[in-house]
Amino acid sequence: MKLRPERVTCPSAPPKGKASGRFENPARSARVTVRPAARMSVLRPLDKLPELNTATILLVSTEDALLQQLADSMLREDCASQLNVHLARSLPLPSSVTRPRIDLIVFVVNLHSKYSLQNVEESLCHVDASFFLGKVCFLATGAGQESHCSIHHNTVVTLARTYRSPLLFCDLKVENFRVTMAQRLVRMLQVCAGHTPGVSALSLVSLLQSPESPSLEDL
Amino acid sequence: MDPYDASDLTPRQSASSRLKDYFIGATPLQKRLESVRKQATFVSTPPRKKIPQCSQLQEDVDPQKVAFLLHKQWTLYSLTPLYKFSYTNLKEYSRLLSAFITAEKQKGLAVEVGEDFNIKVIFSTLLGMKGTQKDSEAFLVQILSKSQPPSENTEGKVLWTGWFCCIFGDSLLETVSEDFTCLPLFLANGAESNTAIIGTWFQRTFDCYFSPLSINAFNLSWMAAMWTACKMDHYMATTEFLWSVPCSPQSLDISYAIHPEDAKALWDSVHKTPGEVTQEEVDLFMDCLYSHFHRHFKIHLSATRLVRVSTSVASAHTDGKIKILCHKYLIGVLAYLTELAIFQIE
Repeated sequence: MKLRPERVTCPSAPPKGKASGRFENPARSARVTVRPAARMSVLRPLDKLPELNTATILLVSTEDALLQQLADSMLREDCASQLNVHLARSLPLPSSVTRPRIDLIVFVVNLHSKYSLQNVEESLCHVDASFFLGKVCFLATGAGQESHCSIHHNTVVTLARTYRSPLLFCDLKVENFRVTMAQRLVRMLQVCAGHTPGVSALSLVSLLQSPESPSLEDL
Repeated sequence: MDPYDASDLTPRQSASSRLKDYFIGATPLQKRLESVRKQATFVSTPPRKKIPQCSQLQEDVDPQKVAFLLHKQWTLYSLTPLYKFSYTNLKEYSRLLSAFITAEKQKGLAVEVGEDFNIKVIFSTLLGMKGTQKDSEAFLVQILSKSQPPSENTEGKVLWTGWFCCIFGDSLLETVSEDFTCLPLFLANGAESNTAIIGTWFQRTFDCYFSPLSINAFNLSWMAAMWTACKMDHYMATTEFLWSVPCSPQSLDISYAIHPEDAKALWDSVHKTPGEVTQEEVDLFMDCLYSHFHRHFKIHLSATRLVRVSTSVASAHTDGKIKILCHKYLIGVLAYLTELAIFQIE
């Protein structure tokens, strides 16, 4: 398919929200975008009561096929609690559906597609700041095929560092890696839902933090 | 702090003419943090780069001498440093290599009547193809067919050309010892079988290793921005991008052609800091193209893979094929490719 627009006119204003202040701290980016009117549109970790022995995970990504496969792998895992896996292309979630309290959000970025990164960045605005105390995780896929990468892996590393959340790398297309990652996510989900005695989401995320140089602590 | 890091500081501070800095984000705080972090620890992941604008690079290359390098499609390889390579032995190398090629071509073949295996190999140095004085001299290898009858004094047809160069290869030069010659970039034009034979000979003789250099979409978008930024008096070709859409059963290709002056105007409106190109500007430039396309065709180009970039300066394909069209920015293009090659080696 060959499409040939003859002239490109310069846009008078740069695309909104794409370049300016991408990686500022979450409180600032929350101020930049317009807050949606309905309270339901912003995800808050503690606005609902938990259900008995239930843990809910929300996977957010534009890569539908990969998410479906990851969800299937997770549901096949042995787990003492009952697992709910919710899939979403982007946030905000439609408020017409009732859903249980979400214990862990995983944002999946495909390093081959800048669109998935932009989508995640826009979705992050709809997550309340208190979620980032261990209940958010980033997953980057496709890092193995360097020749196909459109995003430098440092971009996602910076993104995860800015939001103080763990970053996991996994090639979700390979079955074995996907199964291992599903196991890992199920264990993390159990901790975040409070089903593991002695470990909380916040203590887990402080264990998962990579050692940062002292100068970055000033950030 | 181990001695490597201490010595690493001085070349960086003294390379003020190159304006080369390493940083990830766009804010000054993140720039400073990243440069401090690079000096404090040995960074295993390569940071994102800021490249000097093409106009600052040396333009003392003689146009006539390098005219044969332009307008040809070169396949890129990265090459590890050559052990005990000497520029004085070039005639010796020519002799050895032609003998090797003749032997390889005759190996396993029945004697064929009329087949002409008379080839000549010429090694020659390319003067002026370097970024700094410390870079090793570039050299050229050509395979020519010997013309029959030998009474004619014409050169013979060039069958294959390959050349080795190193432009601004400081980061590699610092790490190797005296016996090694660093020429990380290898460009070849001609039959693939000849490239393989020559590669084998170099690997055996100089204990080096060739690997094909592929350019990923991230680097292609950098090249697009840098080459659009180059000031040209006269635009020879339209600026064209090619994306590959991953879909089954066959992948779809999207080609997007822009008038080069429009692309330059777009770049000028995006470009803020004079004399350097930042990651944010590259992203904004590409985002403008993507959003314009989306407005018209409702297709998210950012979800596809950039495969080919073609401007008036040069054109590059993700498989590692490059064609340079403008002699003014030859060194600039090669400098970026050398950086990619060095990154692949390390």
